Amino acid sequence: MAKQFNVALIGNPNTGKTSVFNRLTGLNQQVGNYPGITVEKKQGICKLDRGVKAHVLDLPGTYSLNASSLDENVVIELLLNKNDKDFPDVAVVVTDIENLKRNLLLFTQIKDLGIPTILVINMADRMKRKAITLDIAALELRLETKIALISSRENRGFEALKKRITNYKSLSVAPCLNASSIAPEYFDRLRKTFPNQDVYKLWLVITQDVNFGKLDRNQLKGVASFKTESISNLKRLQQKETIKRYQFINEVLKQTLLVDQANAKDFRSVLDRVLMHKFWGYVIFLGVLLLIFQAIFDWSSYPMDFIDSTFASLGEWAKNTLPAGDFTNLIAEGIIPGLGGIIIFIPQIAFLFFFISVLEESGYMSRVVFLMDRVMRRFGLSGKSVVPLIAGTACAIPAIMATRNIENWKERLITILVTPFTTCSARLPVYLIIIALVIPDQRVLGIFSLQALTLMFMYLLGFGAAIISAWMLDKVLKIRSKTFFVIEMPNYKLPLFKNVGITVIEKTKSFVLGAGKIILAISIILWVLASYGPGDFNNAAAIIQQENLEAPISQTQLETKIAAFKLEHSYIGHAGKLIEPAVRPLGYDWKIGIALISSFAAREVFVGTLATIYSVGNDDVETIKNRMAAETNVKTGKPLFNFASGVSLLLFYAFAMQCMSTLAVVKRETNSWKWPMWQLIIMTAIAYITALGAYQWFK
Amino acid sequence: MATIASLKQGQRGIIKEFSVDIVPLKLLEMGCLPGNEVALVQTAPFQDPMYLNVNGAHLAIRKETAAQIEIEIISQ
Repeated sequence: MAKQFNVALIGNPNTGKTSVFNRLTGLNQQVGNYPGITVEKKQGICKLDRGVKAHVLDLPGTYSLNASSLDENVVIELLLNKNDKDFPDVAVVVTDIENLKRNLLLFTQIKDLGIPTILVINMADRMKRKAITLDIAALELRLETKIALISSRENRGFEALKKRITNYKSLSVAPCLNASSIAPEYFDRLRKTFPNQDVYKLWLVITQDVNFGKLDRNQLKGVASFKTESISNLKRLQQKETIKRYQFINEVLKQTLLVDQANAKDFRSVLDRVLMHKFWGYVIFLGVLLLIFQAIFDWSSYPMDFIDSTFASLGEWAKNTLPAGDFTNLIAEGIIPGLGGIIIFIPQIAFLFFFISVLEESGYMSRVVFLMDRVMRRFGLSGKSVVPLIAGTACAIPAIMATRNIENWKERLITILVTPFTTCSARLPVYLIIIALVIPDQRVLGIFSLQALTLMFMYLLGFGAAIISAWMLDKVLKIRSKTFFVIEMPNYKLPLFKNVGITVIEKTKSFVLGAGKIILAISIILWVLASYGPGDFNNAAAIIQQENLEAPISQTQLETKIAAFKLEHSYIGHAGKLIEPAVRPLGYDWKIGIALISSFAAREVFVGTLATIYSVGNDDVETIKNRMAAETNVKTGKPLFNFASGVSLLLFYAFAMQCMSTLAVVKRETNSWKWPMWQLIIMTAIAYITALGAYQWFK
Repeated sequence: MATIASLKQGQRGIIKEFSVDIVPLKLLEMGCLPGNEVALVQTAPFQDPMYLNVNGAHLAIRKETAAQIEIEIISQ
């Protein structure tokens, strides 16, 4: 087998880098994380001619090698570290024909690192409409590189690109800009101090520490101490470098790129005028939000009902088909209901990621950021906080990671802290089941379903809590950070089906697998704890028979009583009784208490936990909902899930910080345990107090 | 003194020299360089943020940043 070589895809955001990646690797890709940080690492295999395979790494989008975020920093760390196993043999810089000038800045920086570099010019399909002509041969000559003109939309030019990649060894590695020309004297000193090193790399290492202080770096020791210049001087040199590079690029493009403005057709300004209109822009945005929620509430309920009933009958089937015994019980009562509790999410997660991906791919998300910035700033947030807050309705984890492009630390921190208030999809099954149980199935004004309105209200409550707490945090937090905000307004693009599809599959898969593992583990533990117990547990049958000697009851009633007795005296029953005093004022019994506790691993466990607890010793074919409806409060004899306890539960789940994965991500993103701990304490306190108040009021 | 913040919709100007201590490097990298032409495409309500076309690149910045960048207005 031929030796594999490494290809790194590098490019500015919005150049269609990911489409190129998808085209090169097909579904031959895997998504993981860089060790120790939550930056997504996408890699895949690209099949080239004659059985040669290339390992392709899709690096995070960046505007230059002067990193200002964790994501961008990944790029520079890799390119400066020759010993990294992913260090590219060839760099493929993806650019957009319409933004070639700006995109080439990064290209010249990469090329100056001495890595063989191919220039990919994407979106060639737009050249005609925009009346752009490009002299590729001349451009190749001036930049001393090979160019692949491609269109990922029309799948054109990829064969040529693959050929260029295969022949990477023939690429010139001559730099575009003589680094010394930035500041001759300074670079001379640098060269004398470190005679064996490339000065441009040294320069990057030195300035990197200026841009991004908190780095652990082990290569090129001693360089960081080479600080003969003040920080503001270094910044000035960086500015000079950028200007020099642009001068070079302008020069090159003047001779090779021609845009005939008179013949260019521009949909952009027409769409901008409508979508960013001072009034209609907001109306349209509201409409888009309503469409998304309609999909989540309404359209996904059909597949969800199907999944729910399928798992109910699957459990029944397992129980009747497999040989009776502990193992069968574990499968039918522990694992199947537990898994059903996660698989039921798939339709909603898929819908959410579908919409978010379409909004981002089309370029509309940037317009939303623009429209919302001023409004959000009043609450201490940034226009860019809109993306995490919308993404938070799917899951807080990717949402918190999406805060990385907020430049202002205070705005970013506040966004991270309030995002968990938005109604994530893990809360949804809890809401759906409780609403179905306690809110009457009526119509308001003959049209709107009362249950749907309640659900809508829960979402608004989540957003409201996020916004209000952001406003309070803005007042309380004493963090001074220089505000600056810049966002690119990309061209509008019709989203590529393949890109959207891959995103939806990837995100749904990782969500289900990630949460699935926790849920599976918890449901097994719960089942064991509910199926075994100390002392009286093992004599349940005898005790119950003894109690009912005088007034004989039917066999079924007897069995139900035995089952209930066993559950109460199982390990989990004992644990539940222990915490019952804390949850009784909220209107819950010990079983709900157990579900609450296990929800701290992940909220979606709630339904699965109740399903497991209720199905132990219960043979009837019933969905989870029917079982819950049948539960009665031992003290009052009324249904356990009534209006008061239902509202109390809804409020508890709306506010409580019940997700260990989110806490872990907040810790990583804020680099301290302080913030996740505050989140946990304050959110849970709000949850307890409002739930208590609601139950006592409605009781 | 004219800055980007004083541009009216559709107006164009040329960016003058500015100090790195005020204008973030990122803005430079996105094409906001001294000598380049800048046009105001659109604004959000209250003129903030501002949507600019700088030398062919489309980007939006807040008014407070825009007010730091001096320009010479070249068209009405």
